[in-house]
Amino acid sequence: MKHVFNSFLLIFFLLISFSVHSNTTIQEFINSNYKLISKSSSKTVDPVLNDIKIFNQDDVKKFLILWKSKELSIIKDSNLIVYTEKKEDTIIAYDIFNNNEIGKFTKKQLKSIKPNSGVRSKIDSALVEYQILDEDINVRRESLQSLKRDIQKTHLKILRTAYENEIDNNFREEINKVLNFAILKFSKSEQEKLDVLSFFSNDTSLEVRASLNNLLNTSDILFTNNKKIMGNIARKIIPNKTYKNNDGTSNYILSSYSSNKPELTYNDAYDLLSNNKKVLPRITKKIIKESLVSNIKKLKNAGFDISSLNNDLNRLDAYNYLASINVVPPFISKEEIKKSVDKFTFYTEYDEISSQVTNKTKETLKNINFRVNIYRYIDLFVDGISLSSIYFLGAIGLAITFGVMRVINMAHGEFIMMGAYTGYVVQQYIPNHTISILIALPLAFIITFGAGVLLERLVIRHLYKNPLDTLLATFGISIALQQLAKNIFGTQARPLTAPSWLDGALSINDDLSISYIRIAIILMGILFLLLLLFIMNRTRLGLEIRAVTQNPIMASNMGINPDRINMLTFGFGSAIAGIAGVAIGLFSKVTSELGTEYIVQSFMTVVVGGVGNIFGTLAGAALIGFLQKIIEWFNPSNTLAAQTYMIIFIILFIQFRPRGIFALKGRVKDV
Amino acid sequence: MFNSLLKDTNHRQVLFFCITIILFSFIITLLSDLFSINFISTSFIKTLGKTLCLCVIALSMDVVWGYCGILSLGHFAFFGLGGYMIGMWLMYKRTEIIVLTASISESLPLTPQEISDAIGNQIFGVVGGSEIPLIWAYADNFYFQLAMVILIPGLLAFVFGWLAFRSRVTGVYLSILTQAMTLALSLYLFQNDSGLRGNNGLSGLQNIPGYDDTSQFVISIYFFWASALFLILVFIFFFYLVNSKFGSIITAIRDDETRIRFLGYHVESYKLFVFVLTAVISALAGALYYPQAGIINPAEIAPIASIYLAVWVAIGGRGNLYGAIIGAASVSLISSWFTSGQAPSISLIFYKIEWVNWWTVILGLGFVIVTLISREGIFGFLKSIFIRKV
Repeated sequence: MKHVFNSFLLIFFLLISFSVHSNTTIQEFINSNYKLISKSSSKTVDPVLNDIKIFNQDDVKKFLILWKSKELSIIKDSNLIVYTEKKEDTIIAYDIFNNNEIGKFTKKQLKSIKPNSGVRSKIDSALVEYQILDEDINVRRESLQSLKRDIQKTHLKILRTAYENEIDNNFREEINKVLNFAILKFSKSEQEKLDVLSFFSNDTSLEVRASLNNLLNTSDILFTNNKKIMGNIARKIIPNKTYKNNDGTSNYILSSYSSNKPELTYNDAYDLLSNNKKVLPRITKKIIKESLVSNIKKLKNAGFDISSLNNDLNRLDAYNYLASINVVPPFISKEEIKKSVDKFTFYTEYDEISSQVTNKTKETLKNINFRVNIYRYIDLFVDGISLSSIYFLGAIGLAITFGVMRVINMAHGEFIMMGAYTGYVVQQYIPNHTISILIALPLAFIITFGAGVLLERLVIRHLYKNPLDTLLATFGISIALQQLAKNIFGTQARPLTAPSWLDGALSINDDLSISYIRIAIILMGILFLLLLLFIMNRTRLGLEIRAVTQNPIMASNMGINPDRINMLTFGFGSAIAGIAGVAIGLFSKVTSELGTEYIVQSFMTVVVGGVGNIFGTLAGAALIGFLQKIIEWFNPSNTLAAQTYMIIFIILFIQFRPRGIFALKGRVKDV
Repeated sequence: MFNSLLKDTNHRQVLFFCITIILFSFIITLLSDLFSINFISTSFIKTLGKTLCLCVIALSMDVVWGYCGILSLGHFAFFGLGGYMIGMWLMYKRTEIIVLTASISESLPLTPQEISDAIGNQIFGVVGGSEIPLIWAYADNFYFQLAMVILIPGLLAFVFGWLAFRSRVTGVYLSILTQAMTLALSLYLFQNDSGLRGNNGLSGLQNIPGYDDTSQFVISIYFFWASALFLILVFIFFFYLVNSKFGSIITAIRDDETRIRFLGYHVESYKLFVFVLTAVISALAGALYYPQAGIINPAEIAPIASIYLAVWVAIGGRGNLYGAIIGAASVSLISSWFTSGQAPSISLIFYKIEWVNWWTVILGLGFVIVTLISREGIFGFLKSIFIRKV
């Protein structure tokens, strides 16, 4: 008997929960909807949130905030929703609205209400209309932020009120922007939308572009056999002939070599018709096969040779036989498909009704995209400069040694690695990243300078007559050093952390942000360029290096000791590699294979630029860096392809300038 | 007549070489599983067969570098390309057999389209495709792919060599360019849409279509003998080539290119011929190597492999065909012994030397020492001892 009564009560509650009477209080409303509130999901919560709006604003706000912040509980016996506070072992329940104590409970008697994130965001957007008019500007800001994430149709009115009432001018502008988004999305007035579009015509931000693109959303493919089509047509689709543009319009495919694929083939169009029961279903190869398999006995009886059914023609014959004895539906030929499809016109509509609005949107988007592209070109340019700087840093040491000594140092990449590991080791002892980098740079210089001088004295000095042999000997050094690094530091990547002031990016707008580390590398490249120019052109060492580069025999006749110059040059070139290593380590992982990743590019830079000339290396680095970025720009998903094409380009480039961009003048014998 | 053959030292050398290799092959075969002696495992026979192929490419490298003076860091690219071309046939044919065997249980025979779809799915499913790329159009034809083994690397070598030699790129520049070519090729093959299964490469190449019932042991013996025969043929060919007038010209080009040009020889054509010839022979060696290795992927083509090839030849002794063979065989076998962890590690009091970690260091430094001390490598060293004794 009690059960019957209980279930009766439950049904009663459910019934009244959907019909709210104006004379109930908010507390009664909540209690009558306790099920929807305590076991809410984002799908079921909407009626409560809509109906509750008729009550006093402050009360609603209070209730919604408590609900959202998971501070409400339900008393299991009475199904009363209360606000609870924990005091030692017992929990005290309060009335939500007048703070009267209802009683003390244990944990087991209560069940706390924990709305999931979907419900919380629904509550948030319901709260918005109360909070956006709040006295506290921080509350207003916060509510605008949460409103922006999910603009609803109901918000349009609230935003208008908020815009008119706002006193803070800056915030008023922010509201205006969100209001404009809401207008584009939900307003019924054509003129209002057009005004907003003019307002946005110079705004390149991502959210504006997204909201404009939404205006150009089109329906699924529709079809009709009427001659005249009503509505705001986005594009007419001619099977096999047209493809879709980004703005929702269509274009003809002019040649069969075009990269554009037709949006709709005849078969697709026919399937669309048959899905809508306009025509009989298409008989695909798969259906033919299945019907043959299921009727294989009938075919055998009719004298078909099953083993001959290994091509489409014979299978079609067999199928036609089955169709002739009415076992399967008749086959629909290509011509019939074409004929049926040609009776219909295929098209899509814009979701936006007004063609004036869509046209204006297209125009505005075109303007915006033009500006966006300019920003992207600037971004590409900066990218190219920073990559060129890296290649310059990596290659300049190589270029100097090659220019002076005609020696390609295959271990150059390992000197880069050595520099990066120096930076890593220094950071192990000096935790402050700024100071550790400042110490690592000169230390890497000294260490790699020493290693370079050692290599020159021990190995390269003995092989000057045979440049190819130095190539091999330094390669031996290279694999030995690489394995040594692996043995010491392990195969996993070691971090070389940049100072925190190099984190982040110089953000100019949504499309253009330059990370500080890129700027730092560019600056470092420029610094090194200037330093090298100074050393080569203004110091005694530079003079001697240049002399030996141009004519070693004449230089030694003039009292320059080529042996000493060779040693110093080699050390110097290696030292620059070490410093480049610290710089490269800052943005890529420090592994024993760090050098190999850059060595081929460095070689390319030297080969393209020409030897013995700083500007040659600079030009080579710029050419290669920009080229790689531009190729990546055309095919962003595939950096491997970019490198492949770049190398092919370089091989072809060498055809026209075998000695590089800046060829060395003078009687230099072939190497 | 036979006596007159033997009077010439050249013929004697060639005969000596052939007999050595044939004897070696017989001994290996005798010690193998064939007569249940089972002294040498199947995998070791494969290693030996592969080593013989490496000797062939080392011979090519020796001719192009040691004799003609072109330090090519790209011959392993041709080797790999040859492997890819024959691998395409092996993989396609085998997949086709698998598909056809599976289709027997089906009630309808498959149409050509269905067969090629199934093969495409099997081979290219791993790179997210099912369509058979255009370059596989004739992959089911053994003779076509065999022709490709010669044509593709030959064409690549011809175009690259023609461009490079025509603009008189020489010395270090040329080495760097060949290295760049190798890098470009391996990067291209690493892409999934290259049509050659990206970094997965081609696999299952040890299964020879049509020899499904033959055991891997017998196949490995076949390949071992084929490799030995190929090595002998290439050796004889190169031996008479470098000892002919042509050989003298290319050696002269190595020593002073300008002088030979002034003497009226068309240096570029000679260099191009040597470059293309050695590339094709490398490719054929690759086509014999990879069915024994079983798998090929773009990492095998990376520039480092070609540099190691130069290392083998230099250590063995360049400018001498025996040297190349000694270098390739000894260094590659010793390397694989050390790096496979079979070598016992040496315990010092404070440190344990693991050969896996230290072998490369020793190899690198050893290479530097060979370059510094003995330009003619191990062979030159042996020869100097031998001659002193006489």
